[in-house]
Amino acid sequence: MLDFMNPSTLSETMSRTYPMLMHPARITRIREEAYAIATYELAFEDESVRLSYHFQPGQFNMLYLPGIGEAPISLSSDPAQPGVMGHTIRYAGNVTQAIGRLQVGDVIGVRGPYGQPWPIDQLRGQDVCIVTGGIGLAPLRPVIYAILQQRQDFGRVFLLYGARTPADMLYTDEFEAWEKRDIRVLQTVDRAAPTWKGHVGVVPMLFYHIRLDPRKTVVLTCGPEIMMHFVIYEALARRIPKERIFVSLERNMKCGIGLCGHCQLGPTFVCKDGPVYPYAAIEPFFAVEDF
Amino acid sequence: MTELTPDIGAYVSIDKEALESIFRGLKQEGYTLIGPTLGEGAIVYDEIDGMDDLPIGWTDRQEAATYRLHRRDDQAVFGYVVGPHSWKRFLFPPVQKLMTIRKQNGSFSVEPHVEEPPRYAFIGVRGCELQAIHIQDRVFLGGPYQDPDYKARRQLAFVLAVNCTEPGATCFCASMDTGPKAGPGFDLGLTELDDVFVIEVGSEMGRRIMSGVRWRPAGAFELQTMRERLTQAEKSMGRHMDISDLPALLYQNLEHPRWDQVAERCLSCANCTMVCPTCFCSDVQEVSDLLGETNERVRVWDSCFSLQFSHVHGGNIRPHVRSRYRQWMTHKLASWVDQFGTLGCVGCGRCITWCPVGIDITEEITAIRGEV
Repeated sequence: MLDFMNPSTLSETMSRTYPMLMHPARITRIREEAYAIATYELAFEDESVRLSYHFQPGQFNMLYLPGIGEAPISLSSDPAQPGVMGHTIRYAGNVTQAIGRLQVGDVIGVRGPYGQPWPIDQLRGQDVCIVTGGIGLAPLRPVIYAILQQRQDFGRVFLLYGARTPADMLYTDEFEAWEKRDIRVLQTVDRAAPTWKGHVGVVPMLFYHIRLDPRKTVVLTCGPEIMMHFVIYEALARRIPKERIFVSLERNMKCGIGLCGHCQLGPTFVCKDGPVYPYAAIEPFFAVEDF
Repeated sequence: MTELTPDIGAYVSIDKEALESIFRGLKQEGYTLIGPTLGEGAIVYDEIDGMDDLPIGWTDRQEAATYRLHRRDDQAVFGYVVGPHSWKRFLFPPVQKLMTIRKQNGSFSVEPHVEEPPRYAFIGVRGCELQAIHIQDRVFLGGPYQDPDYKARRQLAFVLAVNCTEPGATCFCASMDTGPKAGPGFDLGLTELDDVFVIEVGSEMGRRIMSGVRWRPAGAFELQTMRERLTQAEKSMGRHMDISDLPALLYQNLEHPRWDQVAERCLSCANCTMVCPTCFCSDVQEVSDLLGETNERVRVWDSCFSLQFSHVHGGNIRPHVRSRYRQWMTHKLASWVDQFGTLGCVGCGRCITWCPVGIDITEEITAIRGEV
């Protein structure tokens, strides 16, 4: 039996600490990224909320629109500037489509951050191989910012990135700056355009254009699950241990705090035990169809 | 009056009519009585005023996909087992308003829904059900985030447990070690004998309630009879489940052909999750006025058997009945242990009785063990 009978008073229990309350945040900037994808920068209206808010790369917020509902969206901005929360959103469901109709100055409800982050500290002194497709780069961009913050702490850094077409690639105007700081960016597309100079083909094939040191490489991947399966396959084939392969998963996260049950993956709740997992932790369940 | 107050842990006897004075004492302490009563063609849990509202002289006959009320040939007060309701509907209501969001001046305000939590006295909580409450305690109060509404209701609740002496045909609490005797955690624990109730005092509040009741120390013969009845009940369970190595058994059989067979029968109707006393999944709905100015966030029970439960953009994670039944049963009997340190099943048998096609969780485990 749990011992919970004594501590707090009723008023304390029922106070405004209810974990699912959201705070209004204003859109300060909207940046078109690709077709039906844009990055929304948000700032909490309440200064004390804004000042106390911090997030780590890989975490997500629940975004809310009155009359519409909530959706979990990754933070895609620099964690060193937590006053500006960047969310790269594809207009897909009812909430994100409604967000697509908003303008700078409009208000969105925000609660968070939730979830387990990418293991930044574990990356120090290591080579880092980031493998991602499409909008999967969004939750990994904060990792790149964190690395750039102290670039000398990390070994070689690769970004293997793919999208359907060159026009679908995110953050391309930042790639040059990243490459200048010694992040090697390899790009691939499913369908090339006339001016395309990068690779054509699926993302995992980019592994064949780099050489990884299995003794000191950490792989981080986020994208469609089928892509991640093959990323894991290629990483394991290069003898990278499964404890050093990290994946970020998508499930139907409704509450964000492990109470509503929707996002279960076997023994875990993706909202609080994930979305970032060491592959070793979910290996037995990841490959089970429809689990 | 102190000499009239039994100690915690004491067994006392009362005449059956004296249950009424327990009810009176609870009401004087400000409790709303919730107990078994006839309704909707079954024995359900609802607000009761006194002993007259209890289904005295009634019993239930249950089997897979079958539930029928029958007259008993005696006037037993608790001569039945559990029906379609469980206590979770009072601690974790099926519909619960969480907050109101009002648009104003281009922004909006968020006002949590705060209400004085009800002070419930649960009358007739069976062993399996008390364990179910302890399991939901772990779910809602044991993690980094607590459900404040559940916590308030739970802290105030009074539990009058009833030990089962006549298990039903779908009961298997003995397998799950949750009954027939109700475990610790009750305020008063009652066992019905032919002419008297034997009551075990479980808490300070239980003592206080008993101080207003005509009781006497339970006699040796009464205690002996009680123990015999409970031992007999343990041996007459309608169902049995072998729980050895359960998590491993299911994790190792995620592709067992039995999942295909059960999926051919399962209607994915969600009855099992609605009647289950431990199932806790919920959704939050947005309820707006016509202008969209005032919006309420309302939590409602949800079920892993619904198709949209696992919806993400691009499809559903569990599109087939096979995957949804597997999720439910694997959660109950395997991943629940990883998540909350206990099985998610208490052996109450409700999912067997209320399944419209009579799927039997004990039978499914036997099949996956390869013992049919």
